[in-house]
Amino acid sequence: MKIESNAAVRPADTESDAPDWRDDFPILREEIGGKPLIYLDNGATTQKPQAVIDAEVAYYSRRNANVHRGVHTLSQRATDDYEAARSKIARFINAASPEEIIYVRGATEAINLVAQSYARPRVKAGDEILISAMEHHSNIVPWQMVCEQTGALLKVVQINDRGELDLEYFARLLGERTRLVAVTHLSNALGSIVPVERIIELAHAHGTPVLLDGAQAIAHLGVDVRALDCDFYAFSGHKLYGPTGIGVLYGKTALLSAMPPYQGGGDMIRSVTFEKTEYNDLPYKFEAGTPNIAGAIGLGAALDYVSGIGIAAIAAHERDLLDYATAQVEEVAGLRIVGTAAHKASILSFTLEGIHPHDIGTILDHQGIAIRAGHHCAMPVMQRFGIAGTARASFALYNTRAEVDALVAGLHEVQEMFKR
Amino acid sequence: MSDLRELYQDVIFDHYKKPRNCHVLDCANHQAEGYNPLCGDQLTVYLKVDNGVITDLSFNGSGCAISTASASLMTEALKGKTLKEVEHLFDDFHQMVTTPESAPEGAPRRDLGKLEVLSGVSEFPARVKCATLAWHTLQSALRKQTNPVSTE
Ligand SMILES: Cc1ncc(COP(=O)(O)O)c(C=O)c1O
Repeated sequence: MKIESNAAVRPADTESDAPDWRDDFPILREEIGGKPLIYLDNGATTQKPQAVIDAEVAYYSRRNANVHRGVHTLSQRATDDYEAARSKIARFINAASPEEIIYVRGATEAINLVAQSYARPRVKAGDEILISAMEHHSNIVPWQMVCEQTGALLKVVQINDRGELDLEYFARLLGERTRLVAVTHLSNALGSIVPVERIIELAHAHGTPVLLDGAQAIAHLGVDVRALDCDFYAFSGHKLYGPTGIGVLYGKTALLSAMPPYQGGGDMIRSVTFEKTEYNDLPYKFEAGTPNIAGAIGLGAALDYVSGIGIAAIAAHERDLLDYATAQVEEVAGLRIVGTAAHKASILSFTLEGIHPHDIGTILDHQGIAIRAGHHCAMPVMQRFGIAGTARASFALYNTRAEVDALVAGLHEVQEMFKR
Repeated sequence: MSDLRELYQDVIFDHYKKPRNCHVLDCANHQAEGYNPLCGDQLTVYLKVDNGVITDLSFNGSGCAISTASASLMTEALKGKTLKEVEHLFDDFHQMVTTPESAPEGAPRRDLGKLEVLSGVSEFPARVKCATLAWHTLQSALRKQTNPVSTE
């Protein structure tokens, strides 16, 4: 199967393209306290194009019914749309089949599902689960819970001062008792692109499966789960221009088939008696209860939208923005970039000497600029760098160089204010 | 939108850059740790209470301009106050930072003297927790709670 999504590249001058793409996002016309909104908090969640909003409205206006349950026409329509979205997702990440796509609430639930249904029944006291030092809390805490439940040990691969994962260290930690490797594909706090191809290769040489937390990566890097050969891939729709409350766990069929269900309820069963329940096939085995139907359809629309532009074109545009922003902030005195990996995408995390990120956030907000300030749900990363938090600008396809200029001007204003 | 200068007054910067009573208090007989999980700010409040009067107090830790200035101003405002007075001040302070000036208010608020510089916080709901962190930590210290308090 070919992934059209990642292949469609718009030619050349993507910078001048951004304004066209901007028109697709109604919220970008909002004003914040009389100033045009400059939204640089895309790592937290992206804005939604009109196409996604329309898809949800159309679903609720004309096609709403429960899925997999009705013989009536509406139920059939809803089911068709819901399953069509699953197929789109499978194509988007180049999964072998739609049954490898499990709908979940988001990356967090996807990781918890693997922790409880894959890891927990398998790992024994003294076994090891390997993560990295730059994980989001949602790729730390579920494993700590499994460790608590089973007596397994959590091992952490260190990162260097630039925020790059230490592959040698990783190879050394990978051992006889490593049962699972779970690492981020793109760090939300530092912007580092993790060399997951190498990690998967090394882990597989040990017979150890790998889960990738793709919450950040999915909107910025072309993801081909079969080329990567990862065993699980987790992401959220809302960071990919889709709705909140819908996300995806990709898993290889062989692994998913061998796993017990995550939750019990309707839809995940084939037959129920009080003596014995037979579970449904993939992917339904993992989808108990009425799902987020509108969310799934909205996510499908988001993938259509993204594929229409092409991830490669988006990545090139964001690459330009990140390079430009990195160069521009150089001239801000006392600014320190946190996360200077050789391979980065979409995220610029920084501190300003003598000024707390929280104050930077408030003062920038006053200029209509939305950034994130704090520990970004990655407190161990902050501890690693000896700071309480950072200010983080994170880019999406609709951001422009002019917005980067506004950010830099805003930072000067922050410093002016603190000079008093 | 409310004016930033209402929030970031000169007095705030002064207390942020030169926080008063910012040290460990060796003679303290009450202390507690406060934590704001939203931004990672952490501080400890130390109290010496004799016969129902705060005879000395201090704080230690790192935070944003608002939380640091608020802690600093609090230590100045409470020295020599009885626990009863402290309780009233806490309530008034809380009301001040959580009730926007524009809100249709019932009873007029008592003037809080130097603490009034933090009244601008009420127009910035996202920052209320910064301004109250030290005060919540103080309460916890008075109750001798051993667990760190959290503003979440
Ligand atoms: C790297 C990473 N992993 C996981 C998550 C969790 O995603 P969600 O909250 O959508 O489940 C996030 C989101 O902040 C993230 O950035």
